[in-house]
Amino acid sequence: MLTDMQDFFRELAATSPHWNFIWLYDPVQMDRVLGGLWMTIKLSLACLVFSVVIGVVGAWAQEAKSRLLRSAVQGYVQFFRNTPPLIQLLFFYFALGQFTPSYSPDGWLEVPIISNVGWAIIALSFFAGAFNIEIFRAGIEAVPHSTREAAESLGMTRLQAYTNVVLPLTLRISLPALSANLINLVKTTNQAYAIAVPELLYQSVSIWNDFPSAQNPTMLLMMVCYLGLVGLLSLGMGQWERKLRIPGYGV
Amino acid sequence: MTNWTADQPIVRLRDVHKSYGQVEVLRGISMDVMKGEVICIIGPSGSGKSTLIRCINALNDIQAGSIQVEGQEVHDPRLDKLALRRKVGMVFQQYNLFPHKTALQNVMMAPVKVLKEKPAEVETRARALLKKVRLEGKENHYPGELSGGQQQRVAIARSLAMRPDVMLFDEVTAALDPETVKEVLVTIKDLAAEGMTCILVTHEMGFAREVADHIYFTDRGVIVEHGPPAEFFTQAKDARTRDFLDQVL
Repeated sequence: MLTDMQDFFRELAATSPHWNFIWLYDPVQMDRVLGGLWMTIKLSLACLVFSVVIGVVGAWAQEAKSRLLRSAVQGYVQFFRNTPPLIQLLFFYFALGQFTPSYSPDGWLEVPIISNVGWAIIALSFFAGAFNIEIFRAGIEAVPHSTREAAESLGMTRLQAYTNVVLPLTLRISLPALSANLINLVKTTNQAYAIAVPELLYQSVSIWNDFPSAQNPTMLLMMVCYLGLVGLLSLGMGQWERKLRIPGYGV
Repeated sequence: MTNWTADQPIVRLRDVHKSYGQVEVLRGISMDVMKGEVICIIGPSGSGKSTLIRCINALNDIQAGSIQVEGQEVHDPRLDKLALRRKVGMVFQQYNLFPHKTALQNVMMAPVKVLKEKPAEVETRARALLKKVRLEGKENHYPGELSGGQQQRVAIARSLAMRPDVMLFDEVTAALDPETVKEVLVTIKDLAAEGMTCILVTHEMGFAREVADHIYFTDRGVIVEHGPPAEFFTQAKDARTRDFLDQVL
């Protein structure tokens, strides 16, 4: 069955030179595609988690008493929101990467402590995190001040009021905007291509550089993969939104 | 601690001044509330009633004067505000329930999170409190599924769950429709009958007359007149008080 299918595509490649689905019958290319897809998934998941953590902590810090902390967060948001993510990636990897220490596992090779994958995760998380801070801040501002006052009048500390009352409400308000930003983040992970992170785009380009006849099918494959990944994410976010819905409460 | 005893005023205000920017809202308020007393503060809107009550549990700060609760200075910067707020319960005009929690969870949250009591024990108490405010069977409803009067009674139960010594009510029936006002007032009346010290800002004159031990009339940031209800409603001395009473009665 599998070999039948592979034979079919091998034959198709022979008869139509633009439609070489090489990764369906060549195990080496198949590994490249699967490896690239897996890297894209890992990159996306890591950046999703870190960027949301940055968003929650940053939004909390933005209303801190310390002016220094507030302006630090503000500066961070402005910097990462107002510069292109591709340039951030290059800057992190090539500029900052020079100053981070390296180690030598065998006495010959110098391996930097933070790999290109590490830099990609850092840069993309900071990029999406800046937007998440603004998204959560808008959500926090939409929670009525009087609700927080009620929490405080019950003897809660600022942190208790934040974690028990403000944050759960903020999350519900922010979820649609958060989904949009996280979807964007998944789509932005392929810019890590520029610092040679072997994710889906990188592997796809390698494949069609080696086998130009595979270009059309590989582009098609990439589209399908991203559609699937982002589709899954937005489906999940939608489910979450429904699960968090409170009977009789706005939105 | 302080050497406060129950024969001294539980809440004591002396010459309290408060302004928002240039606007002076409270211009020298003094008042004594004894344990178990029910105090009603009435007066035209904008006369500083709500501000006054919010100063008592330090939701607002004051510029001058002194507010003491059980002998403790409320606006002493060294005071543990959270400890104060555990002693002083507050119910708001807009209920301010936590919309993402059920009625029962609303009542349970503060004792569990703030007092670190065991959830099982708190739940028993919370259910009893909801029963007391006549909301049996509504434990698992969310605030959005309850009427205004029901929400306000959840809010009262939520404050009571912290076992406060004093309850503050800030125009708690002002946002309710007439039919539901009564159910909330009955709840407060029950509380008062049990000996809870209550300070209410209210526009419900009939209620004030019936329940209050003492009525304060404020206008433009000062107490114009005060006295027991029988005296206050029939023999007001000040012209402003009489004008006001003529309009509302």
